[in-house]
Amino acid sequence: MDVKVTGKTLMPGLQEFDEQDWALVRLIQTGLPILSRPYQVLAEQTGLTEEDVITRLKRMQQTGCIKRMGVIVRHRELGYRANAMVVWDVPDELVTETGRCLGQFEFITLCYRRPRHLPVWPYNLFCMIHGHSRDEVLQRLGMLVEKCKLEFKYKILFSKRCFKQRGAIYQPVQTSADKTKINLTGTR
Amino acid sequence: MNLNTLEKRLLNEFQRNFPLAKKPYAEIAMKLGVDENLVLQILEKLQSMGVISRVGAVFEPHRIGASTLASMTVPESELIAVADIVSSFVEVNHNYEREHKINLWFVVTARDDKHLQKVIREIEEQTGYEVMRLPMLENYHIDLGFDLKWT
Repeated sequence: MDVKVTGKTLMPGLQEFDEQDWALVRLIQTGLPILSRPYQVLAEQTGLTEEDVITRLKRMQQTGCIKRMGVIVRHRELGYRANAMVVWDVPDELVTETGRCLGQFEFITLCYRRPRHLPVWPYNLFCMIHGHSRDEVLQRLGMLVEKCKLEFKYKILFSKRCFKQRGAIYQPVQTSADKTKINLTGTR
Repeated sequence: MNLNTLEKRLLNEFQRNFPLAKKPYAEIAMKLGVDENLVLQILEKLQSMGVISRVGAVFEPHRIGASTLASMTVPESELIAVADIVSSFVEVNHNYEREHKINLWFVVTARDDKHLQKVIREIEEQTGYEVMRLPMLENYHIDLGFDLKWT
């Protein structure tokens, strides 16, 4: 299946990762050390040189494997307490155009097409809207509906409890639920 | 929450383009016109306050590894127990309750699709509820970080 970013086709698996790349990914997914020379720390942990760590991370950025690197904020703690996943049932022939319209708004943090699961789930366009309050989210949604002509069946799914939130972990091992094997530091 | 100007700038202006240089925090400090140690101290503080989860990378799903949004319909009385099982999987990174009959929503990420499917089957077996798989088919938004408004 082709994966597209704003209409541009990407080829999954284009970037070949070697074991050292994976080791690096596992180390940085839980965060970069907050120390003067963080890449030197990663170098020591992977057996690479500091220069090699930097070169590999640059390549991951250039090839789009890393979307962004920097400070990862927690919305809730900063007062963005309302967060809604809004979903629409958009006719297939209009979904790309509609998605692109939605995707340009800065207060959206995510906008994807996903598969329908009929009959229980007819929605194929998903976006995430954050706000300080429900009213603010609804106000922003109103603007989107107007600007992108979103006259389709939709649902607003506000978040309630947050059970877990952190960066993705690309596990080196094959097991998962076994808590004794959970390795949150990402080291081997 | 009382944050000073420097803290706000660190939060808002450095969500992307983290320097790939030997002393990245020193480069950030230079841009802010302050000392490297101060930047390190503030980031440590913001992390311990829980305002930032980490200084790190956000990976593009589907460019490396495999991932999917997933959801389940769980009776209210069992929700916490089921959510705990789901959260116990290291492959699950986000796990939220949402206002809908389909009430538990989470993201599963794994190194490849085979492992991803295995994890989802395990979640189904351990919880006894069916998982709806909603992988990304097309992305319309470029993630530039989160523009914080200090009002």
